[in-house]
Amino acid sequence: MVAIIINGITLSLLIFTILKNKTKAKKALVMSLVKAVNLLPMMLVIIVLIGLIFGFIPPEMIRNYLGSNESILQIVLASLFGAITMIPSLVALPLAGSLIEAGASYTPVAAFITTLTMVGFITLPVELKELGKKITILRNVFAFIFAIIISLIIGVLM
Amino acid sequence: MKKDKEKTNVKDKIKNGIYKSIKYILIIGIILIVLYIFFPEQIKSTMDISQRYGLEMITIFPAVLILMGLADVWVPKSLINKYLGKNSGLKGMLLSIFLGTLPTGPLYIAFPIAAELLRKKARISNVMIFLGVWASLKIPQISVEIKFLGVKFASIRFIFTLISIIIIGYLIEMIVEKSEVKV
Repeated sequence: MVAIIINGITLSLLIFTILKNKTKAKKALVMSLVKAVNLLPMMLVIIVLIGLIFGFIPPEMIRNYLGSNESILQIVLASLFGAITMIPSLVALPLAGSLIEAGASYTPVAAFITTLTMVGFITLPVELKELGKKITILRNVFAFIFAIIISLIIGVLM
Repeated sequence: MKKDKEKTNVKDKIKNGIYKSIKYILIIGIILIVLYIFFPEQIKSTMDISQRYGLEMITIFPAVLILMGLADVWVPKSLINKYLGKNSGLKGMLLSIFLGTLPTGPLYIAFPIAAELLRKKARISNVMIFLGVWASLKIPQISVEIKFLGVKFASIRFIFTLISIIIIGYLIEMIVEKSEVKV
């Protein structure tokens, strides 16, 4: 359903762009191709990783460690993991979905996704350089705290 | 001249991506074959699941990537600069949110834009909201999230993340302005 909608929107925008301005359309498609080939290696790894999780890790184990017996430690660890890893969120989302399917509960998965996007240890040097020490520290610390709050709320509401 | 340079740059990027992908395919293939010798059953189910997820990703990823490419050509960075710099108040906040959700580049591109806006004396809260939304509430990202985690999860996360981002924006503005007054 989502796939149909997003394909429809993209297709109509693409046709509109082609009709309006052919060079722009070509440029856009080239940019998409660059993004695609750069994302592809990571995508392959994630697809196989998802398969391996299902193939090798017994569901009881996933339920044990990521299941609904939530502890604050579990959530903090999931948040930390999201903060330090640098998986493009586009490919991290299918991975997150597969963990839910394998028996993980929503809270740690939400914590992981939220810090993955909002807190960036890896991009910290760029942020420090561009925005300065004060804003960078405040932004990342607040983002981390709020990520935990958001994931707790999601855990309650899901 | 500049155009030629850009062209070779793009070609290099595509070439590098393809090389890297082939390398990854070979390494993954070897690992899977070795694992298959020891754990044939598990690798069979691994392949089944990977195939299923791979196919599901193919239904949405090309569209998402083309959408991002289209946004790159229709929404030049200068536009963001122009609109976010001037507007404060509620209008500025809504603009920050809207411009952040557009399917343009990764976060490290947003930092220089944010820095430029701050230099131009745009409101701190708006710049922080723009950064936050840019990082975690992009339209292509949300569509992939709905596909793999469901509408309910995606919308709850969207709403509470947006609220958090707005609160964080105002908190940072308050703290930064207070400390500047002291100095």
